[in-house]
Amino acid sequence: MPLTLSANIPDPDGFYDDLLQAHDGLSDAESHALNARLVLILCNHIGDRTLLRDAIDAAKTTR
Amino acid sequence: MVAERYKTEFQLYPYQKVPGQSGAVQRHPVVIVGGGPIGLALALDLGQKGTPVLLLDDHEGAGLGSKAICFAKRTLDIAHRLGASGPMVDKGVVWNVGKVFHGENKLFDFNLLPEEGHRNPAFINLQQPYFEQFLVEEIRNAQKQGAPIEIRGRNAVVDLTPYDDHVRLTVDTPDGEYHLEADYLIACDGARSLVREKMGLTFDGRMFEDNFLIADVKMKADFPTERWFWFEPPFKNSGQSALLHKQPDDIWRIDFQLGWDIDREKEMQPDRIRARVDAMLSSQSGSIPNYALHWTSIYTFQCRRMKSFRHGRVLFAGDSAHQVSPFGARGANSGVQDAENLAWKLDLVLKGIAPEALLDSYATEREFAADENILNSSRATDFMTPKSGISQMFRNAVLDLASRHDFARPLVNSGRLSVPCTYDGFAHFGPDALQGPAVTRPGAPCVDAPVGDGYVLDKLKQGFVILALGGDRPQTVRACGVTPRVVHIAAPSPELSARYLGSAGHAIYLIRPDQHVVARWASYDPKAIAQALSTAIEGA
Repeated sequence: MPLTLSANIPDPDGFYDDLLQAHDGLSDAESHALNARLVLILCNHIGDRTLLRDAIDAAKTTR
Repeated sequence: MVAERYKTEFQLYPYQKVPGQSGAVQRHPVVIVGGGPIGLALALDLGQKGTPVLLLDDHEGAGLGSKAICFAKRTLDIAHRLGASGPMVDKGVVWNVGKVFHGENKLFDFNLLPEEGHRNPAFINLQQPYFEQFLVEEIRNAQKQGAPIEIRGRNAVVDLTPYDDHVRLTVDTPDGEYHLEADYLIACDGARSLVREKMGLTFDGRMFEDNFLIADVKMKADFPTERWFWFEPPFKNSGQSALLHKQPDDIWRIDFQLGWDIDREKEMQPDRIRARVDAMLSSQSGSIPNYALHWTSIYTFQCRRMKSFRHGRVLFAGDSAHQVSPFGARGANSGVQDAENLAWKLDLVLKGIAPEALLDSYATEREFAADENILNSSRATDFMTPKSGISQMFRNAVLDLASRHDFARPLVNSGRLSVPCTYDGFAHFGPDALQGPAVTRPGAPCVDAPVGDGYVLDKLKQGFVILALGGDRPQTVRACGVTPRVVHIAAPSPELSARYLGSAGHAIYLIRPDQHVVARWASYDPKAIAQALSTAIEGA
């Protein structure tokens, strides 16, 4: 299964709100730590090394 | 005069003047420089095969200090083939359980849960001087049975000149210098190899900017026989990480990661070391047990290797050729594998059976192994000593999650313990015509399994072997002047079947003298076996 880069999250505004709320009141360092934990949890959920490499590549492409 | 670079723990080969020190320069087929674990294992292996070997060491025995303390199963299997493993396993501390802490919190336990049906445990902890002593004892046994091995203590190589077909050495002794010649010179002279230096060869790699304090303490403590590892330990002045691990003789290895910017001399003061050890031990037991500092050392380390392990008639093995961080016990263990890879090849070349080019396969195979070990130990080091803010962030995120979630535990890396490498795709291996288990594919080291009252590795000694599992007993074959021994196991044990047959009913394996699988087939085909044997000796 290829990396999904088309819209896939139901209720996108609600999700985005959840993400921001998770960082509410956190210092920058705490926020970075939360993001790191989140990345690791999501990566483990995906598990597939090819997909993870594709996702890292997609994230590295900024333009 | 021969300088004393360190104190010895055991005197094993005191200096004796020999006739070769005066008169005509003598030529030896193999001269090994360095009497550490690698040089001794190589000398024993060659001598047992009947190839004369002279080992030169600039001291008279095993150096003081525990040094390499963790010997892995493959090393013990090799030592078993050489007849030296019995006292190692008897003396060594077998351990399986580890605990990982982050600060005050225990993150998780692990159990190596060794697979059943192996002669040797996954690891033993044993001080390096004992390992060396037991090898020397077996060398003495072999000598009594006529093995042509000579060890000369306090014989320091001070210069050498390589020629196309030999190497000329200058050796210093308490009675002055003498010269000798070697058809082949094997440099097992450690990380600061004088042979490498005299040949002007480079040693490229990565230096890790960190200092580790080792304290071996002697105490009667009722801590369990477990490996305890702390990230960011909570006890005072203990640095970034700490390790507590048991050795024989009531000795405990304690490691503190002190960081880069330290005053070495000050940190080596016994009072300062004791303060650290006190804090660690009392954090576990609430009080400071009685203990004595047995041996202390501060080290930094590098991960690097020589570009080529063979330079004509000079070959490098062990730390002289490659260095890794200590995390994962890949130094001495991989060096002993170098020795076993080289021994049979050198033996066949010197007996005129194999072309000299076989020695190039030593270099390519063991350079590959060194790269694998360097990769593993560099990754462990990067986890233990994060090099940037973000790597620290991820490291601590992993540790944090590991205390609550199983998934993060495999990401925690305090050293991946040494396993031998598989020579996938190398020129001196043949076909996989079995579709059998991956663990015994061509290139892999044979794994152990029960056979009758013993184990399969017991039967894979003394040269090439045709191992037939199930089916009829096959005839041997002949190629390049070599006739493998046939080992037929008509009714393999369940473990042997699982590891060598998989779903197949029978199989034929061709196995090298270093117990790596050359090729395997579902059925007996003498032509194919002879072809693979020729590949193993002469290359594809």
